[in-house]
Amino acid sequence: MAKVDALHPWKEAPLGCVISEAGNARKFKTGDWRSKIRPLTDQEKCIKCGMCWIFCPEMAYTLRTDGFYDWSSEYCKGCGICARECPKEAIQMIAEEE
Amino acid sequence: MAGRKGMEVSIAVSEAVKLANVDVISAYPITPQTHIVEHLSELVADGELTAAFIPVESEHSALSAAVGAAAVGARAYTATASQGLALMHEIMFIASGLRLPMVMTVVNRALSTPINIWNDLSDIMAERDTGWIQLFAINGQEAVDLTLQAFKLAEDPRVLLPVAVNLDGFVLSHVIEPVEIPDQETVDRFLPPYKPGIRLDPENPVSMGAFGSPDVFTEIKKQIDEALIGSQKVASEVWKDFGTIFGRTYKPIESYKTKGAETLLVTMGSISETAMSAVDLMREKGQRVGLIHIRLWRPFPFKEFFQAIREAKVLAVVDRALVPGGAGGPVGLEVKAALFDKQDRPYVAEFIAGLGGRDLTVEIFSEMVAKASRYAKTQKELRYEMIGVREK
Repeated sequence: MAKVDALHPWKEAPLGCVISEAGNARKFKTGDWRSKIRPLTDQEKCIKCGMCWIFCPEMAYTLRTDGFYDWSSEYCKGCGICARECPKEAIQMIAEEE
Repeated sequence: MAGRKGMEVSIAVSEAVKLANVDVISAYPITPQTHIVEHLSELVADGELTAAFIPVESEHSALSAAVGAAAVGARAYTATASQGLALMHEIMFIASGLRLPMVMTVVNRALSTPINIWNDLSDIMAERDTGWIQLFAINGQEAVDLTLQAFKLAEDPRVLLPVAVNLDGFVLSHVIEPVEIPDQETVDRFLPPYKPGIRLDPENPVSMGAFGSPDVFTEIKKQIDEALIGSQKVASEVWKDFGTIFGRTYKPIESYKTKGAETLLVTMGSISETAMSAVDLMREKGQRVGLIHIRLWRPFPFKEFFQAIREAKVLAVVDRALVPGGAGGPVGLEVKAALFDKQDRPYVAEFIAGLGGRDLTVEIFSEMVAKASRYAKTQKELRYEMIGVREK
């Protein structure tokens, strides 16, 4: 299982478990919870519209300099929302090996 | 300093809350509620207290709104009783878990069913394990004083925990007692404005109430436990300050005629004063009886408890809440568990009494003392005994 980078001893844990660092959920890599499927984008069909990037609830997609979107195995949970929302059916959910 | 005057205790408590200069009062205004928040809403409406008064649709919301107010750094207050406290149960853990100081007056009343709402401690005892500091007043003056002290205690940077100030429903909340309401200047000297540490602030954003995975949950709970245990030292400091300024002293466990006493009554709340009258009468008859009453229930003051009972041979513990199917009421369980490691421990007789507003008279305290002494002679195996139950 993915671990938060720094696990505090109790005396140093933030009071009330408050999060004072914006966006630190990024450090919590939950991609290994993924169901055994992952997205695969067909770049022939992709029109670079960014719907996968918009709809991904885990923000697992990042924009590349060439306009395509990369998928991150560190955050993707395999929900398939990107494949469902892709207007060109360019994204397929494919089985992952163990 | 102002003199004493006759006041309904609920009104006196709301005057103390006003003197504490609270920023936000959130409350459900319907039964089970008291004149405390009713009077506070008048004080706000009349411009005598500059605070936001939030009337909400339930006690769950009342405490949630107090949590929100405390989270932005406001001095927050609410009050409830009975079923209202039960409805707050979920948020009780959140207030302590987020380490948000706030003060709540709990006017102790029975929980349904049967519908009752008379006085006992079943409401707060069901909230024993929520991580709140829990104090018990035995009279109107204590209710006022503990309210002022509670803010200072809750807001201390070493504590940062919510405090429940308990006072008995009706027998305290609705009676008129002689109470000294201090002046604003003196209260201000005792209670400085609240300086929150971490709070919701757009300039310095934080997230509160995020999830804590198994990797972090235990450490956060350990932190709360240590803060709660550590709050006793801070309470002693608060009481010392209070004594210096107001001339009234407070201790976590109070002793009454314990010197030379063989049997001690162990009580909490307003029944302690009746029990003291019973002790006086028994002493006059030559019985070696005394009393301790527990003011600080959470954290439980073990050291002071052992010190207070060190000469006693028998304890007669009076519980006003039932733990059905268990080894005793909450106070009895605590006392017996605390004594378990002691080689030389007194015999403990536990009595459940005063449920749902049934009167606890001087005679009943004498009866409990007599029974406790008798049971001690034979070391009777007694989990607990319910007092005054009609058998036919």
